[in-house]
Amino acid sequence: MEVFLQQLINGITLGSIYGLIAIGYTMVFGIIGMVNFAHGDVFMMSAFIALIAFLLLTAWLGVSSITLALFIVLIVAMLFTSLVNWVIERVAYRPLRGSFRLAPLISAIGMSIFLSNFVQVSQGPRNKPIPPMVQGEFVLLNRNDYAVTMSVRQLIIWGVTAVLLVAFWYLVAKTPLGRAQRACEQDQKMAALVGVDVDRTISMTFVIAAALAAVAGTMYLMYYGVVTFSDGFVPGVKAFTAAVLGGIGSLPGAVIGGLLIGLIETMWSAYFSIDYKDVAAFSILAITLIFLPQGLFGRPDVEKV
Amino acid sequence: MADGASAQRVDMARALRDAGFTAVLALGLLLPLIGFQTITDTRNNLVLVTRWPLLFGLVAFVGIARFVFSIAIAPYLTQRRERPVAASSAARNWMRKWFVSFSIAFVVAYPGIVVLLEGFAGAVKWIDNFGIQILIYVMLGWGLNIVVGLAGLLDLGYVAFYAVGAYSYALLAKTFGLSFWLLLPLAGILASFWGILLGFPVLRLRGDYLAIVTLAFGEIIRIVIINWVDLTNGYAGITGIPRPTLFGIPFNADDNGFAAVFGLEFSPLYRVVFLYYIILVLALLTAFVTLRLRRLPVGRAWEALREDEIACRSLGINTTNTKLTAFAMGAMFAGFAGSFFATRQGFISPESFTFLESATILSIVVLGGMGSQIGVAIAAIAMIGGTEIMRELDFLRRIFGPTFDPTQYRMLLFGFAMVLIMIWRPRGLITTRAPSVFLKERKSISGELTREGHG
Repeated sequence: MEVFLQQLINGITLGSIYGLIAIGYTMVFGIIGMVNFAHGDVFMMSAFIALIAFLLLTAWLGVSSITLALFIVLIVAMLFTSLVNWVIERVAYRPLRGSFRLAPLISAIGMSIFLSNFVQVSQGPRNKPIPPMVQGEFVLLNRNDYAVTMSVRQLIIWGVTAVLLVAFWYLVAKTPLGRAQRACEQDQKMAALVGVDVDRTISMTFVIAAALAAVAGTMYLMYYGVVTFSDGFVPGVKAFTAAVLGGIGSLPGAVIGGLLIGLIETMWSAYFSIDYKDVAAFSILAITLIFLPQGLFGRPDVEKV
Repeated sequence: MADGASAQRVDMARALRDAGFTAVLALGLLLPLIGFQTITDTRNNLVLVTRWPLLFGLVAFVGIARFVFSIAIAPYLTQRRERPVAASSAARNWMRKWFVSFSIAFVVAYPGIVVLLEGFAGAVKWIDNFGIQILIYVMLGWGLNIVVGLAGLLDLGYVAFYAVGAYSYALLAKTFGLSFWLLLPLAGILASFWGILLGFPVLRLRGDYLAIVTLAFGEIIRIVIINWVDLTNGYAGITGIPRPTLFGIPFNADDNGFAAVFGLEFSPLYRVVFLYYIILVLALLTAFVTLRLRRLPVGRAWEALREDEIACRSLGINTTNTKLTAFAMGAMFAGFAGSFFATRQGFISPESFTFLESATILSIVVLGGMGSQIGVAIAAIAMIGGTEIMRELDFLRRIFGPTFDPTQYRMLLFGFAMVLIMIWRPRGLITTRAPSVFLKERKSISGELTREGHG
């Protein structure tokens, strides 16, 4: 029971990170129908940007308040990652819109290889460990010499994710940009006819996707305290699994799928085998796609994004 | 005349503005990761160092490149696009007719040419690193071409079957001492068995979803290989895999070795040349079988499936069987290539079967032009030969200093090339479609006119 509770806390933390990345996959798939293969690497790059911003703030500028530092790091990572994804969309995907179906996917795979190798070449292939940004933990329950704890880091991740999801929901549901996005997702030609700037909307979708991935990247860096150039692939595939599990194109589905994948992964590691935890995630991907291709929340006729 | 000059000047202003904008953008993109470098200092702390010269050098380079592009290259491209396509000349037809025969003659004679040019010692590198390495990828590309190019099923986990072939050969040869020639077909059969096994559940999926599930299967097989240490020795891999023999004659320096039996002086070259011809024959076999299969009902069913699955089904074609045969055939050739890879290296580990490998093979097929055998071969030569040749570029070290290692940038350029070629020619290098069956006249059509991959 105590182990289960502890894993539940860990799983939701991990799941929040996956959910934030999964939103990027599901939004881009919803609006232009492509699997943005490079999204995992955009996430990895954002963690590197956060790492550099953090070192710059603490070591060079001497910001001592950790709350302030984290806040600035988050903003900086979101800004730069959005810029990166905006350029990627302009350079690698926009010229291929309307081309044959595999072209954007191949271009995205090329972009993914390019990004991870760019980071490897520019920052070196080694792990980048940083001292823990935030320390401290609360003991929630102490029974049979097993303490169920929740660290401050986990609390921050839960809080930031919740706040951002609310902001994001507001953006999609209530603002003109969100309306344009939903319109483009349903019918691009019609949206263009009634005056929606489709190109701009798609660009903004990539920017938002990158901003959320940057939040996930910053949280990932803060949680694990280490990042390396190859860290984009596996979290990327898992987040994609989350998007598929929740029903690709469905935003609540992406978040819930992310939480489920996070929980399944931590539970699997705790009760079965930590070596095969990736196999669990990949198997869920395959099983979902084979038996439940529309996912938990994706219905073909339902309003998406 | 005056108008032309003013238009020129406006263009110039616009080019400058574009260049400035691009440079600012490049500054934004490169500032975090190029401007700063994270390094571990002597006390094992991560510290930042700046690289302003590199950052501003790159930003200036990007800006200038953009400027040159808009004033020189872009007008040229528009001009070329407006020019009508030249009718194919007699010389071009002649070249097209003899190109394949000439290429095959060249690859057969390649070891001889290299030995003449480089001598015995120098030739090993050229045959091994270029000849064999490229031919393995040509073969893998042709094998995947059956699945992706002919049947239109996007497979991102092709390397799994390559791994099955390699591990089948390595384990069976080491455990039971069976010979390469017996295990080569066996490895192919085992791989195609796995192809059917994995293919069965996934074939009802379409397009992108199929791609992702095959990727998942590829990764699962790799993780199992890593973790099943009792069987596969995990990360450490399998060493001492037996080498192939020529009718029982090994290629070593012993008394019963190849050199001694034929009364020659021992040289590692003989084994390399022998391996070269094995992979050449295997690759040509793949191409030949594929060409023949295209004319059989199953091959035509593959191509019909690629163009339109619903039409295919309404004509009474069993799409499940058709897809499964494509999967199994593709996997079989990967299995052959895998067992050859194992015997050539003498050592295999899960490192050789990562997703990157699948992506490389897929990009070769797509860049070459899906379904085109010649295109795939050209793409394999360009991509693999291109990355191999980067190891040889000594003059770069002279420019950028002795610590400069060009091989580091291989994958970087590889990814960049994939994106660029997709933008330049989304349909691949060779896009024409020649029908395998025709009524009166064989007409090639452009790939632009066909739909594909909706299967």
